[in-house]
Amino acid sequence: MKNSKFKKVIISSIIFNFALLLYNFPLYALEANKKILPNGLTVLHSEKHNLPIVMITMIVKAGVLDEPKEKAGLAYLTAELLDEGTKSRKSSEISEEIEFIGAGLGASAGSDYTTITLSVLKKDIEKGFELFSDILLNPVFPKEELDRKRELIKGSLKQREEDPSFLAERSFKKEAFGEHPYGRLVEGSTETLSEITREDLLGFHLKYFIPNNAMLSVVGDLTPAELNSLIKQYLYSWEIAELPERKIHPMNEEKTKKAVKIDKDVTQATIIIGHLGISRDNPDYYAVSVMNYILGSGGFSSRLMQKIRDELGLAYDVRSFFTASKEKGLFQAEVQTKNESANTTTEEILKQIEKIRREEVSDEELSGAKDYLTGSFPRRLDTSRKMADFLATVEFYNLGLDYAEKYVSFINAVTKEDVQRVAGKYLDAENFVLIVVANQKKAGIRY
Amino acid sequence: MMKKFVLLIILILVLPLSLNAEVKEYKLDNGLKVLVIEDHKAPLATFQIWYRVGSRDEPAGKNGISHLLEHMMFKGTPKYGSKEFSKMVKKKGGVDNAFTTKDYTMYYQTLASDRIDISIELEADRMQNLILDPKEVIAERDVVMEERRMRYDDDPQNSLYEEVLAAAFKSHPYHWPVIGWMSDISSIEREGLLSHYKAYYSPDNAVIVVSGDVQADEIIKKITAAFGDISPASGRAVVTSKETEQKGERRISLRREAELPYIIALYHTPSFPHPDSYALEVLGMVLSGGKSSRLYKSMVYEKKLAIGASADYSGFNKDPYLFLFDATAAPGKDIKDVENALYVEIEKIKKELPSEREVQKAKNQIEASFIMGQDSIYYQAQIAGMFEMLGSWKLKEDYMENIKKVKPEDVTRVAKKYLHEDNRTVGILIPTKNPK
Repeated sequence: MKNSKFKKVIISSIIFNFALLLYNFPLYALEANKKILPNGLTVLHSEKHNLPIVMITMIVKAGVLDEPKEKAGLAYLTAELLDEGTKSRKSSEISEEIEFIGAGLGASAGSDYTTITLSVLKKDIEKGFELFSDILLNPVFPKEELDRKRELIKGSLKQREEDPSFLAERSFKKEAFGEHPYGRLVEGSTETLSEITREDLLGFHLKYFIPNNAMLSVVGDLTPAELNSLIKQYLYSWEIAELPERKIHPMNEEKTKKAVKIDKDVTQATIIIGHLGISRDNPDYYAVSVMNYILGSGGFSSRLMQKIRDELGLAYDVRSFFTASKEKGLFQAEVQTKNESANTTTEEILKQIEKIRREEVSDEELSGAKDYLTGSFPRRLDTSRKMADFLATVEFYNLGLDYAEKYVSFINAVTKEDVQRVAGKYLDAENFVLIVVANQKKAGIRY
Repeated sequence: MMKKFVLLIILILVLPLSLNAEVKEYKLDNGLKVLVIEDHKAPLATFQIWYRVGSRDEPAGKNGISHLLEHMMFKGTPKYGSKEFSKMVKKKGGVDNAFTTKDYTMYYQTLASDRIDISIELEADRMQNLILDPKEVIAERDVVMEERRMRYDDDPQNSLYEEVLAAAFKSHPYHWPVIGWMSDISSIEREGLLSHYKAYYSPDNAVIVVSGDVQADEIIKKITAAFGDISPASGRAVVTSKETEQKGERRISLRREAELPYIIALYHTPSFPHPDSYALEVLGMVLSGGKSSRLYKSMVYEKKLAIGASADYSGFNKDPYLFLFDATAAPGKDIKDVENALYVEIEKIKKELPSEREVQKAKNQIEASFIMGQDSIYYQAQIAGMFEMLGSWKLKEDYMENIKKVKPEDVTRVAKKYLHEDNRTVGILIPTKNPK
């Protein structure tokens, strides 16, 4: 509710959310076992007995990348409807059973994959795991639930248009990615949602929700023997099937400059500047992480924040980030400033982008970025929930269970020259997409 | 069924006793209270300092001064320059931040436990030596005004919340928004901030909570060395205002550019640890604890009137606060029907007892989230701090026990007692389209 909506200055950035996790604390070794079941399911397990809780994350390789353009929102709807009816349970029975044990069970789709999570007390793991496996294996996507959910998503898409950041973000993705699936909202649009049928959902589930296309990560108060017995009972019937092919989608990489101005009766201009970035498997990922920390993801230590907030008082928050996905993602800088300062703020961001491309960063900035990136690992894995999510994503992006050690050495190897090189290569202050949602009369955008 | 039920209750009763992390309490001669919670699962620690000051304590015309002061706390002392503290924490891989509420202001850092000395030294420094440079004050005012535009002025639902809250409280300072009205923010100057700082940022008005991989006896020595010589302060105004009993519904409306109509309904309620507070917490869960709860089932799922509907008992306040409802109308639906559907559910729970199972489910949800929360050292410290702000961290120990005692009769009783029309303030957001 509104009163608990109290947000803090959020200094993290998307790029940190999954793969930028690392560790350098020997006493905090990430002990996880990995095995592949006969049906092809990858299982990662880490025991933690500090509390009687179990956290489970499953990744299924099915996302926006796997849906047809005219049915955008298919992956999202599939995930949303998993817990809305199975062969043996009605929608209301699932929520009643799971909520009665105070557990959390949910699914959501993203660009690259779908995540299904369970958070449950140890004493209720049997019940929780059974429900988890039921929604995973036996969803029936009842027609009336589909219609209901579709209308709810349409309503929520409409309501979110009240938020200038949502409008800017939606427009930016569309302009920067063009026809690529990443350019669409995960939820799809009112039009494409209407195209999705129950058969589409059943087909999507049948094709992608197979064990050899998924990974299960379990962290918490559970021994290997206990986990094995759960898996045996609830996931052995999950049958291996032919692995669906994952197409690579062509991306238009032609450089262009474009400004989109969206008029809205607001006091602040919401500005996004950016362009295509890098994919998660780009070897420059680590140098880019260091560079972007210095530019705009380092909170009060970043150049954008120092200049635009601390020196000029133009904004409450300003940041830049790279979204590194399976395929090439985005670079973007984002800020809100009063309508009248929109031009000045845009100019300052472009100046900072140009500066980091042209000039070497200082020794202090370089070491500050490296110290943060390498030193923040234990904090990023300080709960069983975070750890379960981490193990699953590390597996999805094929980073290896020794990723933590590798990460530290990759970051520590980054030089000033690397930072300047990747800034030159992956940032562009000439050809970019600029989105401004504002009272356009007051903002008077020059671009 | 019955047998299973009894078994479950026994299991629950056994569980949390071992789960309540042990809190060690200390008090320095200058009045500074320190709570330490040891948790050695990871080499991390959270340091939190809580000042008993928020928008509740602000002088007329200076609404937002506590929040602006929170911002200024990052702008440096003679020894450590602007943002130096944050940069040092980041350089050690840590995170820091602060927030202001109606009742208190809290600063925290979470970092490797062997770096906790930074927090101790720098928090002690900025408790005494804040510069409050006039030029910086003006620059930071601009930043806060941008924050206000972002959070409230350009967000229709949050704007309605601000309006309806101001209507619900007349005589009590909960009337004022934490961030402050725009004209008040723009008039705050160094002198005002300085006297606010001197009065409220003193050891006798603060509580430190440390949790994580620390040794309590070592930490308390270090804290005593750093904070022990700071003098207590005087000059704090005691808030004596009480909200007069509401005798009739208040209604406000807000017309502005928006997509969907939205309603907020507020009812005055007491806060923790009032004897009714636990039943109110359970009532909130019965009405709004997930997809199997009453509001979702009735308003969103069955009647399809709203795309979201929730209830929330907000009991963590120093003075009596509110039980809140909100709902966003589904496209094409009339907000009057949404409002009526909400009252149908409220009337229902006032007339018929909720089932034993429903109440048990609510308790299970509260307990499970309480246990899962213990996995985070930040959350452990925050819970202790929040209860301390209400009077004592020890209330935390009784919290689950009191929740468990709640019976269906109690839920209906508190619903009847507080959720009645005369005690209600309603706000409606009426969307208008951009005339341009």
